[in-house]
Amino acid sequence: MSFDAVTAVLAIPATAALLLALLPSYRVTAYLNVAATLLTFLAALSLFFFGRPEPGPYLLIDDLNNVFIVLTTFIGFTTSVFSANYIGHELETGNLTPGVLRFYHAMYQVLMFAMNLALVTNNIGVMWVAIELATLTTVMMVGIYRTHAALEAAWKYFILGSVGIAFALFGTILVYLAAQPVIGEGINSMVWTELVAHAQSFEPALLNVAFVFLLLGYGTKVGLVPLHAWLPDAHAEGPTPISAVLSGLLLNVALYALLRFKILLAANPLALAPGPLMISMGLVSLLFASFMLYRRRDIKRLFAYSSIEHMGIVAFAFGMGGPLANFAGLLHMTMHSLTKSAIFFAVGDIAQVKGTQKIADMGGLTETNPALGWGLVLGVAAIAGLPPLGIFMSEFLVVSSTFARQPLLAIPLVLGLLIGIGALFLRLNAIAFGEPRGPTAKAKISYVPMFAHLALVLTAGVYLPGPLVTWFQNVAKLLG
Amino acid sequence: MHSLTFDIAHLLAGSLVLVSFMLLYQDRLYALLNVYALHALVLALSVAWQAYAQDAPHLYVTAAIALVFKAIIIPVVLHRMIVKLGMHREIETVVGIGPTMLLGMTLVALAMVVMLRVTAEADPLAREDLAFALAVVLLGLLMMVTRRNAVSQVVGFMSLENGLVLAATGAKGMPLVVEISVAFSVLIAFIVIGIFLFRIRERFDTVDLDALDRSRGGGL
Repeated sequence: MSFDAVTAVLAIPATAALLLALLPSYRVTAYLNVAATLLTFLAALSLFFFGRPEPGPYLLIDDLNNVFIVLTTFIGFTTSVFSANYIGHELETGNLTPGVLRFYHAMYQVLMFAMNLALVTNNIGVMWVAIELATLTTVMMVGIYRTHAALEAAWKYFILGSVGIAFALFGTILVYLAAQPVIGEGINSMVWTELVAHAQSFEPALLNVAFVFLLLGYGTKVGLVPLHAWLPDAHAEGPTPISAVLSGLLLNVALYALLRFKILLAANPLALAPGPLMISMGLVSLLFASFMLYRRRDIKRLFAYSSIEHMGIVAFAFGMGGPLANFAGLLHMTMHSLTKSAIFFAVGDIAQVKGTQKIADMGGLTETNPALGWGLVLGVAAIAGLPPLGIFMSEFLVVSSTFARQPLLAIPLVLGLLIGIGALFLRLNAIAFGEPRGPTAKAKISYVPMFAHLALVLTAGVYLPGPLVTWFQNVAKLLG
Repeated sequence: MHSLTFDIAHLLAGSLVLVSFMLLYQDRLYALLNVYALHALVLALSVAWQAYAQDAPHLYVTAAIALVFKAIIIPVVLHRMIVKLGMHREIETVVGIGPTMLLGMTLVALAMVVMLRVTAEADPLAREDLAFALAVVLLGLLMMVTRRNAVSQVVGFMSLENGLVLAATGAKGMPLVVEISVAFSVLIAFIVIGIFLFRIRERFDTVDLDALDRSRGGGL
């Protein structure tokens, strides 16, 4: 086999980052950024056709991470298209300078590289380093506007993220310590496939403590309550393309790391069941975030809390386990990533048109900017889980699988969902309908990424292609 | 079992916990930095001893990083920064020194109870090291929570990270230790540069309602 898709998925962003850091013209770099993410996406797609490499000590491709890689590179691509348009406006208004943009584009590619590395690696040490790198790059992007609020958000994200990362490392060391007497010293004791193969003979108590640290560590990055404090600030103060990538991708990557360790624990019959821990954190996140939605006055902050809510649902579904709930969790995660990034694309344009992020200064958007306004309405309808859109289907599956197995748990779940819907429509009403408020100038906007995502979500809600269902079912089986 | 090797490793790891306690009761920034330099020095000695005891020469690199970067460069840079930015030299605490020390002792007891119980089967050297390392991590966390100045929060984080390096070197034959300690040094360098770039002068705390309101764009 001459073409190595896995290497390409890593090498393209790495090379692009270097190039983008060196090239001065921002017009060229914006196109180059789009081209690089498109190539990465194509390379990820080719993983289907060219067969998978054998799992080695560093790289692994299986059904599980294949889902994540394709999703990550796809949204990475559409976001770069949106970003090319967005930054043009930021340059005109003087919020960003060409020099800063060079840095921004290079960082964007480094972020893509770090996320892809975290996904394809088979080594829990490398995975940790990759997630640390992804955190560092997003910290710098969040603080890129250099306003007081942006720097404060970046600092908060930095400190909380670092503590999370430190905990994750301690958990990783403990996993190694559990593996070392069985597998022996050296690199093999950090290779995930080896770990799972031998997990039944590990010391269960050590694995339990390790998982608690990993849950706290990576859970901080997923934004699970009560470890979510960094998330709304980071989403609200950074550039909008980064909010889209944070919500749509980085939270997923951290969740992916958690899932890997969940599978590891499930392979040891004596270790504690990770499910209930994830269920309770998921439920708390869902309920907390849906109540918090009511008090939001900033549009990006509103959707940041909505991300916490949905990550809670996904963690809940994976915590329930079993083929149906895992399938639902996976579908929900995919749908949420697509919808939330589409919403952030709309929100970014709205904030540029209105010149503010305050909901009170927006209104009547469907009259003044119909495409943008209805795009947002559609996006919010999707994220709230209205039929026939994709999230309705995945939420329906989560709820029905919960009813089938733990009817009592379904009550707070449904309650949280309904409370969230109420808040979202209350705010949507203020933004999209009623008297027009604030500036109404038409902005030069590319609607393609937003409507492409929404079309996918709509299609998935009506009809899921057979091969996709089989693929997701395989992953669900792998998750146990 | 209680060979000299074990005793010295035990002594050094125990000293690291003690120095962590010393960090908790400092009330001047300069003194805090000096104690942190001592913390890093003890870590360097401990890692070097592990390198010798495990016959793992690559760990000497980690020890050298701890010595040069953490015990010398970082304290000197932070010291200069405090002068240059005209920061407050006093440390504001959220909880008084007495209760903090008591909490610290509870955390150390917790670390011992948890780690010694779950690692009953493991190699005794790694086991004790791990228990001490968790104690250092928790004390570092306590320090981050109970301090308001950005610099002392960062020192808390760096001492926490020293605990992690101790844990990683204690786990016999763990691969990637050097890489991880380098990655952490990069992280810390970023934090320190961050303080300077962000011009965080005196306090930065996430508990302060004023600061929260401002970062929420003026009110909830």
